[in-house]
Amino acid sequence: MYRSHVLCCGGTGCTSSGSAKIIEEFEKEIAATGLTEEVKVVKTGCFGLCALGPVVIVYPEGSFYSRVKPEDVKEIVDEHLLKGRIVKRLLYTETVVEDKIKSLDETDFYKKQKRVALRNCGVIDPEDINEYIAYDGYMALGKVLTEMTPEDVIETLKVSGLRGRGGAGFPTWLKWNFAKAQPPGQKYVCCNADEGDPGAFMDRSVLEGDPHSVLEAMAIAGYTIGASQGYIYVRAEYPIAVKRLEIALNQAREMGFLGKNIFETGFDFDIDIRLGAGAFVCGEETALMTSIEGHRGEPRPRPPFPAVKGLFGKPSILNNVETWANIPQIILNGPEWFASMGTEKSKGTKVFALGGKIHNTGLVEVPMGTTLREIVEEIGGGCPNGKKFKAAQTGGPSGGCIPASLIDTEIDYDNLIAIGSMMGSGGLIVMDEDNCMVDIAKFFLEFTVDESCGKCTPCRIGTKRLYEMLDRITRGEGKMEDLDKMEELCYYIKENALCGLGQTAPNPVLSTLKYFRDEYEAHVKEKRCPAGVCKHLLQYQIVADKCKGCTLCARNCPVGAIAGTVKNPHVIDQSKCIKCGACIEKCKFGAIVRK
Amino acid sequence: MANTKTVVPFTGTAEQEQRLQKVIEEHKGQKGALMPVLQGAQEIYGYLPIEVQKMISLGLDIPLEEIYGVATFYSQFTLNPKGQYKISVCLGTACYVKGSGDIFQRLQEKLGIQSGMCTPDGKFSLDACRCVGACGLAPVLMVNDEVYGRLTVDDVDTILAKYQ
Repeated sequence: MYRSHVLCCGGTGCTSSGSAKIIEEFEKEIAATGLTEEVKVVKTGCFGLCALGPVVIVYPEGSFYSRVKPEDVKEIVDEHLLKGRIVKRLLYTETVVEDKIKSLDETDFYKKQKRVALRNCGVIDPEDINEYIAYDGYMALGKVLTEMTPEDVIETLKVSGLRGRGGAGFPTWLKWNFAKAQPPGQKYVCCNADEGDPGAFMDRSVLEGDPHSVLEAMAIAGYTIGASQGYIYVRAEYPIAVKRLEIALNQAREMGFLGKNIFETGFDFDIDIRLGAGAFVCGEETALMTSIEGHRGEPRPRPPFPAVKGLFGKPSILNNVETWANIPQIILNGPEWFASMGTEKSKGTKVFALGGKIHNTGLVEVPMGTTLREIVEEIGGGCPNGKKFKAAQTGGPSGGCIPASLIDTEIDYDNLIAIGSMMGSGGLIVMDEDNCMVDIAKFFLEFTVDESCGKCTPCRIGTKRLYEMLDRITRGEGKMEDLDKMEELCYYIKENALCGLGQTAPNPVLSTLKYFRDEYEAHVKEKRCPAGVCKHLLQYQIVADKCKGCTLCARNCPVGAIAGTVKNPHVIDQSKCIKCGACIEKCKFGAIVRK
Repeated sequence: MANTKTVVPFTGTAEQEQRLQKVIEEHKGQKGALMPVLQGAQEIYGYLPIEVQKMISLGLDIPLEEIYGVATFYSQFTLNPKGQYKISVCLGTACYVKGSGDIFQRLQEKLGIQSGMCTPDGKFSLDACRCVGACGLAPVLMVNDEVYGRLTVDDVDTILAKYQ
């Protein structure tokens, strides 16, 4: 027994801010003070508050130390672990109210959260199966194999109302039921961990923080549909997740939770890992399966649906990581418990990766139906530097931008679709007044043009034409009729593209056209970018009153566009200016403005 | 798609070839063997020149055309060697809205190369990548495995100086 546990986040966010070094220091200092027998250092998954990384929590007190530096470790060991005096200076400021220390659950960031899929992340050591077992791990699998029929499992999922967390929100039970209804024979269970949506990292956190929950759920699915083999398709860009999955697989096999004759019920199931190689389209289910088969990851027309003819031509189901992580809890706590959270048609919780112009970047898990305002303002702490919230983008390249006027929307699958966005995998990027919405639409289209697999024409050529029109607009060369043309093309692509990537690719354009048409018009009619982002539309000007004539800007202009004599106001020649911004950086008097 | 042709002379060693043959042996006959073999080959050679693709084609008995198709489809595979220091700037959404586009621009100017290229001395190569998952630290860039976060355009010079 240890009297204290030091939990250090070993997720990608904190690892990037140097948590490996912190863990090393803790082990060194704890050994040096002779506390090795009393204090245990645990490398966990993500706590969620990535903005404050590297994060360390010391239990039993639950002291939450943020932005810990290697040189702080000695102080924590000497003061807190040795003498029992919490190092207030290093605590997350939100947890310190005057002289009292609040529990983490009372802070704005955690207060409204409800952790189901992330329940073990930041709590257990993901590289030790015993810790997972201690938190009821593999109990759901045991229950399913010994007490439930496949029909019971399907019924449980149906009552729970669980819908796929990967984007489209298809009812999970229905998908499983289709595959189960196929004649017995080789079937496959697949896990989609190809989290390609830029700015989304919830699946990665589950894999890094709680890999066994995914393995357990996949085995449950194998039993339900009659499959003996599973595949996890994971991005190669997630080295930590891949490593922990491999460790988890080996431990599960050793303990007999995977392999032959699981729980001595005669049920066989095993899982292999397949690495993705950087293609966004492989998040689409048929493309993912084509990729596992070793080909270019191009989607196939549906029907036949994968549940009938999927991986290697056999009936297959594919669910995303977060969906899997919910399943053991639904089995253990009962479907009614799960269905008691959320809205009428969207049950349970949803994990969002909160990023962009927001204070508390990180992972949050909230019940479905939480409003965007609660997420952005209360949990996220609003936009930094007193800037005004302009829009939130959900669903990545397939989603849309939600304007400030709709901030009170309750977030669930159907509401998001209704306002022209979608849930997607859960990326939630906040934008403030300094972001240009035309530029953002162009950014997403550039992404889809790049990632389109090229198989169908509407997507391959349509997105390219959309991008070109957006590019012209940001250069000030757009015409008003382009806006209507773009809209028409968007609907054409949506209706005709082969797969989900193409069908949703126009969403960023459509939603910005709908909610931020004035910005488009300013670009087209006035040749002006209201947010001051689009380079070609910017003008640098010198305010004569403020200019002291120091000549610094003229000397630093790389193209000689600034003229003027000493101690007299300078002038920028707009025809020569390349808008590099060197002058504005150098000016000591704030005399140069960007318009 | 950029860089679909190998432009650097091939200098593979017999030892590397042996390792590749071992990887091929391990996966031969498996369903969907091509991707793991290509990933293994890229780890051995650092890139996938046409010579290596030919060896894989013979070893796995898969037409070269198909191998080339797969190698050029996925952004992780490269037909040209990378620099000693691989710089990848995240242009994922979270980083982009926080200004990683400007950082990328500055690096292109500083190094005098475009995305996907390598400096003539083989020291630096520059790529844009989509999300390394460190969105909490946005904007970020990576030099080999080292992650630099919460960047401003001015940090570019300091970072480059570390590797000069």
